Amino acid sequence: MPTIHVIRADGSRRDIAAAVGTSVMQAVTTAGEAGIVAECGGSAMCATCHVYVDDAWADKLPAPLANELEMLECTAAERGPASRLSCQIKLTPELDGLVVRLPERQQ
Amino acid sequence: MTETIAIPELDFDPYAAETLNDPYPMHYAVREAGPVVKLKPYPTLVATARHEQVHAVLNDHVNFISGAGVGLTNFNLEPPFRPKSLILEADPPQHTQMRAILSRILSPKTVMQIRETFAAEADALIDRCVAQGTIDGIHDLAQLYPLKVFPDAVGVGPEGRENLLVYGDMVFNSMGPRNELLAKSAARMGPVTEWIMAHCARDHLRPGGFGDQIYQAADNGEITHEQAPMLVRSFLSAGVDTTINGIGNTLFALAHHPTEFAKLHADPTLARPAFEEALRWESTAQTFFRTAGRDTEIAGVPVRENTKVLCFLAGANRDPRKWPDPDRYDIQRRPSGHVALGSGIHGCVGQAVARLEGEVVFTALARRVKAIEVAGPHTRRLNNTLRALETLPLRLIPA
Repeated sequence: MPTIHVIRADGSRRDIAAAVGTSVMQAVTTAGEAGIVAECGGSAMCATCHVYVDDAWADKLPAPLANELEMLECTAAERGPASRLSCQIKLTPELDGLVVRLPERQQ
Repeated sequence: MTETIAIPELDFDPYAAETLNDPYPMHYAVREAGPVVKLKPYPTLVATARHEQVHAVLNDHVNFISGAGVGLTNFNLEPPFRPKSLILEADPPQHTQMRAILSRILSPKTVMQIRETFAAEADALIDRCVAQGTIDGIHDLAQLYPLKVFPDAVGVGPEGRENLLVYGDMVFNSMGPRNELLAKSAARMGPVTEWIMAHCARDHLRPGGFGDQIYQAADNGEITHEQAPMLVRSFLSAGVDTTINGIGNTLFALAHHPTEFAKLHADPTLARPAFEEALRWESTAQTFFRTAGRDTEIAGVPVRENTKVLCFLAGANRDPRKWPDPDRYDIQRRPSGHVALGSGIHGCVGQAVARLEGEVVFTALARRVKAIEVAGPHTRRLNNTLRALETLPLRLIPA
């Protein structure tokens, strides 16, 4: 199972392992982390599962689709160059070790 | 695999009055019988009430299409009662193009712009309700709020808005069988269709409103000018009866769970979760259908092309495989992943606006009211798709 390294807004870190095919949003919320809200449940409809993907990993992800880009304009915390909606990142074996930072706020 | 898997068959009619009044025993039976079941009164369809399968079907728009209708009627075999929706009853690529326009108009960015107005209207309405003391939660609150703010935002004038209630009732009844509910709804329609279509025309829409923004998309060549009124119609069909019942059902939930309301009163920032949890607990849209676009399967059960698939959204939202203590209304639960607003590419495009309405109404109520008492028995408005109340007598105790 790939492991995601989650860095919370306060700088603390948590490693979360999840099955291939799971979204980063599902993995992080299932682990009980409060830093992702995911109000719409994973339909790229709410921008409350915003994460900053570590620079070293940003290029390894498939590019965001139009609906995700639209939502990224609506994030509560400032959007960065590697901002993504975690519901749109599906775990693959290649993403083992993915590093994502959680924003200060989602709403 | 050549063996035929026996699909459990249950003798429930989801559209019988007694089931519509209390659908939960049926949801329980359907869920526990298996991932996919057949229903005796409707032998051609398959049904699912488990969260995993409902979620999977809604998120697989390739195998489970919407273009043959999202109700019981299969548009491949029978014509729809009205011209097909360009978004709800459509598949990619047409759906994608229409969806992009609507989701831009109804985006979280728009919500930031309308928030102040929507909150002020909620405050004013709740003030009136508190002054009244004893209210009918449906006619004095749940109906009035969306009927004011949403058509205002679309850009529809103040006259004749009750037509939206008649139209919404018809649209959602039409997703069930041709039963008495549908016949009664149809009998009330009279000139309503004409009123609706007239109000989808540009000259009836305030410049700058959601409706006018559809026409701007047509001006830009994103859609045709013939498509524009049909997309405006989607606002008018889907944007009122849904939120009315979402608010009405939340009021019902809070009135019947005084400790949950006490938590909300103590911390009004729980308004949004309280509304969200009510969507899970008492889902406004109880059912949606898909149609198998090809031979496929659900949980390993073969489903033949053109088979209607009944998804019990409300059943999935109380599936104990997904939710601990699912029958409990708990405003501190994390209900993310409920399917009351659908899921996948057809998930409710207006959900950001719907959540705003819920948030501001229940924030205002939490601040001004310290307790809600049930002031008499409620009555239900039966509808083939919606979980709706007709009356909800309440006493509001001012804070």
